[in-house]
Amino acid sequence: MTRITFIQPGGSHRNVVARAGLSVMETAKEHGIAGIAALCGGACACATCHVYVDAAWLGRLPEPEDIETAMLELAWERRHESRLSCQITVTAQLDGLTLTVPAQQAGVELA
Amino acid sequence: MKQQTSTGGPVVIVGAGQAGAQAIDTLRREGFDGPLTLVGDEPGLPYQRPPLSKKYLAGEMSSDRLVFRHQSFYDEHRVELRLGCRAERVDRDAKRVILTGGEALPYGRLLLCLGAESRRLTCPGSMLAGVHHLRGLADAAAIRRDLVPGARVVIIGGGYIGLETAATCRAMGCEVTILEMADRVLNRVAAPSVSDFFAREQRAHGVVVICGARVVALEGAGRVERVLCADGSSHPVDLVVVGVGAMPTTGLASEAGLVCDNGVRVDEFCTTSDPKIFAAGDCANHPSAHYGRRVRLESVDNAFEQAKAAALNMLGRGVAHDRVPWFWSDQFEHKLLIVGLSEGHDRLIVRGDPHAGGFSICYLKNGALIALEAVNHAKDYMAARKLITERIPLNLERVANPDMPLKEAAA
Repeated sequence: MTRITFIQPGGSHRNVVARAGLSVMETAKEHGIAGIAALCGGACACATCHVYVDAAWLGRLPEPEDIETAMLELAWERRHESRLSCQITVTAQLDGLTLTVPAQQAGVELA
Repeated sequence: MKQQTSTGGPVVIVGAGQAGAQAIDTLRREGFDGPLTLVGDEPGLPYQRPPLSKKYLAGEMSSDRLVFRHQSFYDEHRVELRLGCRAERVDRDAKRVILTGGEALPYGRLLLCLGAESRRLTCPGSMLAGVHHLRGLADAAAIRRDLVPGARVVIIGGGYIGLETAATCRAMGCEVTILEMADRVLNRVAAPSVSDFFAREQRAHGVVVICGARVVALEGAGRVERVLCADGSSHPVDLVVVGVGAMPTTGLASEAGLVCDNGVRVDEFCTTSDPKIFAAGDCANHPSAHYGRRVRLESVDNAFEQAKAAALNMLGRGVAHDRVPWFWSDQFEHKLLIVGLSEGHDRLIVRGDPHAGGFSICYLKNGALIALEAVNHAKDYMAARKLITERIPLNLERVANPDMPLKEAAA
């Protein structure tokens, strides 16, 4: 079982059980996690599923591919621990993964 | 100040796609607690369409991964779902939507997210079995059933849907031919060098690309067996996919007497010619303040943002909708990213080498970027989104220098 914790900018936590094989973005959408727009549905074309990965987990994820790195360039308030959640696939090794949702997503204007 | 959360009666949304699903989310998030009904003519929950020609068709993504939200979301948000149901007409005097069978849904505000529909072939034989369009899940599922390795597939139309479908079919081991009527693929939607790039890549992967091909008939005994062109050529097929563009769905609106003209005509607040009726998404012809003209966009981003604006405006918030649209296309290992609308440009600059690695096409007007097409060049695309939206004046020499990051090309 893979449990993932999503932290909102205000500090509230949601623990969800993720299905292996889905992306972390799809997991967030399935559980109605606020703040993950994911407009392109996982095609790595929009940078609106941006998350901050907990520092302890950063090195345990597969490295981002070039397109993800390029897309992150204009993610809203990009940091060292920024990733696109559509590019992270849920596996058993990710049990306990903790992510923070940014307060905004790139180019997404309204509530 | 307490924000308005009432619409003066129930909200009915007709059209259960990206826009309709998003409007529900915004209405409830913003505090609307009245009755909310979503009417959709397809049987299932609202789902994403872009993967239909890509991962779904390839069998890499099941239909349950396409849905935006599961049933529990609609239950929790107290949404009455009327799926597999057609809205037959709108009685504007009585403010009711009439469904097939006669049931009437009263509304205080009505949102039309009617989408677009595939343009159909009109030549003889276009109704034969084995001739598919690709718009909805049922279309994609039907194509998928026919796609076996070695199947001979003819794609009529070299636009996004045609090229993406060709790439997917080819990757699945089919023999694929694209018949495009114009002298190049992506004729209406991309620069010639982008067309050349994708035609070259399709051919390199074994797809036959024929431009200037005018299809005159499809023939077969009950099921399509060959495609005939005006030059006398005949293409044997097991399966035809038609991708010759889309038209806005407006019947419900025009029959109700709403002003329609290349879509349902709305103002910047997503209001139709009836102030109680709103429209959003592919069906909506709306003013673009950014481009200074009316536009109708077939774009995920526009559907999402316009539906949010429409939902807020149904609550009386007065939010103007004005987006620089963006689009993408995946073919084989290549990604085309487009931002903005190129019509009206006075200068075109190619950054990088279309024959080697990533490149992008910059469309400028009065020294500022108005659109950009990026082939395997996400950095230029992301830079362009900001440059276009903020109308930043550019130094053209820097724009033309591919070694200079586009984001540093301000004048």
